[in-house]
Amino acid sequence: MYDGLKIIIGLIIFVGIVTFPFLYDMGKAAVPPPKPNIDTPEIQKMAEKKCVEAKSFMRAEHMVMLNDWRDSVVREGDRIFTASDGKEYVMSLQNTCMKCHSNKKKFCDECHNYAAVKPYCWDCHIQPREDAT
Amino acid sequence: MSISRREFLKIAGASTILGLGGISVSTLLKKNWLEASQVMPDPRSLVAKRWAMVVDMSKFKTENDYRRCIEACHRVHNVPDIGKPKEEIKWIWKETYEHAFPGQEDEFLSPEIKHLPFLVLCNHCNNPPCVRVCPTKATFKRESDGIVMMDMHRCIGCRFCMAACPYGARSFNYRDPRPFIDKDKENLEFPTRMKGVVEKCTFCYERLAIGLKPACVEESRGGLIFGDLEDPNSEVRKVLSTRYSFRRRPELGTQPGVYYVLG
Repeated sequence: MYDGLKIIIGLIIFVGIVTFPFLYDMGKAAVPPPKPNIDTPEIQKMAEKKCVEAKSFMRAEHMVMLNDWRDSVVREGDRIFTASDGKEYVMSLQNTCMKCHSNKKKFCDECHNYAAVKPYCWDCHIQPREDAT
Repeated sequence: MSISRREFLKIAGASTILGLGGISVSTLLKKNWLEASQVMPDPRSLVAKRWAMVVDMSKFKTENDYRRCIEACHRVHNVPDIGKPKEEIKWIWKETYEHAFPGQEDEFLSPEIKHLPFLVLCNHCNNPPCVRVCPTKATFKRESDGIVMMDMHRCIGCRFCMAACPYGARSFNYRDPRPFIDKDKENLEFPTRMKGVVEKCTFCYERLAIGLKPACVEESRGGLIFGDLEDPNSEVRKVLSTRYSFRRRPELGTQPGVYYVLG
């Protein structure tokens, strides 16, 4: 093998760099999964604590739903959403979603930070006023 | 390279199966999309074929008459006050006669009219040049009522619309507008804008949807008349049929929806 030493040193460095993230995290406790909090005054008042759709659906599809709501309201002018249980809601992030989920830091940010996603909703939409914590 | 019949049939069969698989995957992904039957317009909303406004300049006598309308609009829409004329954001504002109606300044025009500040806003043209140039359809004319809308989610800030608008009705956010909005007066039910988007008057589409007239009209004490241009019994049509009216730059063929009447 020509230049065997250089190749082997190079391979060791390469393997070291590639496996570094795994080795670095080895033995450390996993980051605990997020627990979004739904303890807000508005939700406590509700007899049946239920979002517009089922929890499992909202958890998996809320981003798709928000995009659909946005297109429907802004582009079609249709602002009322009939949920699968027949209840009607005004499609509005600021005035419907956040009226109940007034704890953005504990509800939205908790998961979004965990999943390292940065939705740009709040560049324009005003987030609920929360006390600095 | 030649291909045998057997090889050809194999490739054709494999691609058919892949294609069918792709279709079923895409239907699987679409299963949660919003159905048309799930959405409808708000029953409270005001409806019209084509919204229009008449500005009755005889009702604007004092500085306060203008200020009330402008402040009402800028308050409900969280319009920032940046303080630099070059970066100013405005939805409705005062303009001198020669700027509002260029090409119509006659030499011996009466000084009252020449020095009268006119209240100007987006004209919600029937043939809007801003909509034609927008590369992302962020600005579009609503089929239902003729309002020239802004979809801030789509605006990429190219400012073609600002170049196209002959009325200067559009403002660009050169910087983040949030620090320039008074936190105590902020309307928490309406979004702000972000750096790098274009904004303008939207005829208060969000208020029309809940059955309210535009904010400036409510504050104008009769100086601004709002109604359906295609309804012969509407308030605007009644004013237009009895008084002489004129529009900004009609020669351009944009068919503005904001009319002006004097004394």
